[in-house]
Amino acid sequence: MAQQTLSSPHLRGALTTARVMQLVLLATVPGIIALTWHFGIGTLLNLAWACSFAVALEAAMLRLRKRPIGFYLSDCSALVTAVLLAVALPPAAPWWLIAVGMLAAIVFAKHLYGGMGYNPFNPAMVGYVVLLISFPVQMTAWVPPRESGALLGAMEAIQRSLALAPQAQIDAVTMATPLDLLRQNSALLIEDLWQQNPQFGQWGGAGWEWVNLAFLAGGLFLLQRRIFTWHAPVAMLAALGLMAALFYDGGSSASGGSPLFHWLSGATMLGAFFIVTDPVTSAVSTRGKLIYGAAIGVLVYLIRHWGNYPDAVAFAVLLLNFAAPFIDYYTQPRVYGHGATRPAEREKS
Amino acid sequence: MAEEVNYRELTFNGLWKNNPALVQLLGLCPLLAVTTNVVNALGLGAATLFVLLISNLAVSLIRSIVSDAIRLAVFVMIIAAAVTCVELLMQAFAYELYMILGIFLPLITTNCIILGRADGFARKHGLLPSAVDGVMMGAGMAAAMIVLGGLREAVGTGALFADMHLLFGESARAWRIVLVDGYQSFLLAILPPGAFIFTGLLIALKNLINDRLAARAVPATPSPVTDRRVRVTGQIS
Repeated sequence: MAQQTLSSPHLRGALTTARVMQLVLLATVPGIIALTWHFGIGTLLNLAWACSFAVALEAAMLRLRKRPIGFYLSDCSALVTAVLLAVALPPAAPWWLIAVGMLAAIVFAKHLYGGMGYNPFNPAMVGYVVLLISFPVQMTAWVPPRESGALLGAMEAIQRSLALAPQAQIDAVTMATPLDLLRQNSALLIEDLWQQNPQFGQWGGAGWEWVNLAFLAGGLFLLQRRIFTWHAPVAMLAALGLMAALFYDGGSSASGGSPLFHWLSGATMLGAFFIVTDPVTSAVSTRGKLIYGAAIGVLVYLIRHWGNYPDAVAFAVLLLNFAAPFIDYYTQPRVYGHGATRPAEREKS
Repeated sequence: MAEEVNYRELTFNGLWKNNPALVQLLGLCPLLAVTTNVVNALGLGAATLFVLLISNLAVSLIRSIVSDAIRLAVFVMIIAAAVTCVELLMQAFAYELYMILGIFLPLITTNCIILGRADGFARKHGLLPSAVDGVMMGAGMAAAMIVLGGLREAVGTGALFADMHLLFGESARAWRIVLVDGYQSFLLAILPPGAFIFTGLLIALKNLINDRLAARAVPATPSPVTDRRVRVTGQIS
């Protein structure tokens, strides 16, 4: 039966993939500015490397796969992947580290699975996890924030970015992140820990809190432009806050830190508004988004508190990427006029 | 039994066209688990080859006196006996490697290639063809393992042929070749995900070479696919 094409004046959204990606890029700007202010120009160097590698690899893969290069490059999705990975890496990361990360993200996580829109896993997070488990030393070498008075100089940052700095010098100017400090210390009062280490700030890590607030601002901008709905980020933040509140004992460093600390540390806000909301790899139904976000929030806390890695957002997101189709299957919205049976039961009857 | 066996085809089947690791995707567990470097791959590859040869020979010998109903049990007994021999031999002559390979040596018993060749080939063929088939299938498996082990070792550590003294005595200690000086070891290649990624890349490479060869050769008449098995990456003959 041929369906007649309806010609009524349908509303057409002005949002193309390229437009969405450009808005996402725009929304990362406050976060990038905050990172640069607090951790030096290393973040900008990361961005430069990551973007050039991403465009080169994307073009190479498109050529190999015989797809239109200009069309797919201009949708900026490779740049979004590059930016998300670049801000997640330690500032002034050596260029080869970024190259390997982009290779894993663009070639393996994206194009080998079929390219834009077909990847089951978030490419930036795949790149991050590949780097984290392969190069733990480089990946945990965070430069000290401005507040500690040991901000990385511009020349030094360029040296490190070109992988020319000697190892001793790298060790001398890196610091454990606040999340690491809190995990490794279990016999102090939170207040003492805060006073002993310059990495802690007002509510979370020094610098980190502003970076997270900046990403929150970017995320709220995207929310206001209706790039995504509020469900997944809010569910993730709520679940993370709830877990932190449940396991927080109010003052000793043996427990996991206050909800505010978790909200404003590490990659929480970046994850909540830029990673969890990825339209390709997350659940799509409204209930599904709530479940997806909440599970990520719970996992982030579990891995941060009991895991061995500096942050947990990437692992939590990848695990839930696995589960997203499953979540979608069980949260299919009821079709208007039909009963509340699930598709599996309908098939049986 | 007067049977026409094309030994060239047996060889080509085992090493390339019907390669147990890259086409039949059998024995993936040891393939993925132990191929972290060349010496492990070589050790387990040789052990598999040996077991395959012994079991094919034994199965071919007794093929007319074992009834179909109990044949699988008998085959498994034969394979288990051969595996035990290999295990004891390795324990005697390459103890450190034996410790490294650990559970994967006894697990050769459950390797599908061996039972598959016993039931699929040796049961129906004479002594010599069975032996050739066993050696070639084993060599195909071992070759795939060694290539995979070499790739993972090179990418993971920037060197090749480390620890060869485990298999070839003290003089082999110097065989290690450093490919890149000051290489930052890439752990992922040595960890389990690296095994999957590199196996996938090897299969892709094999398919690519096949396509190139097919494109160069005269286009033959297409033969209908008779085998409906799901877990194959090429066409099983």
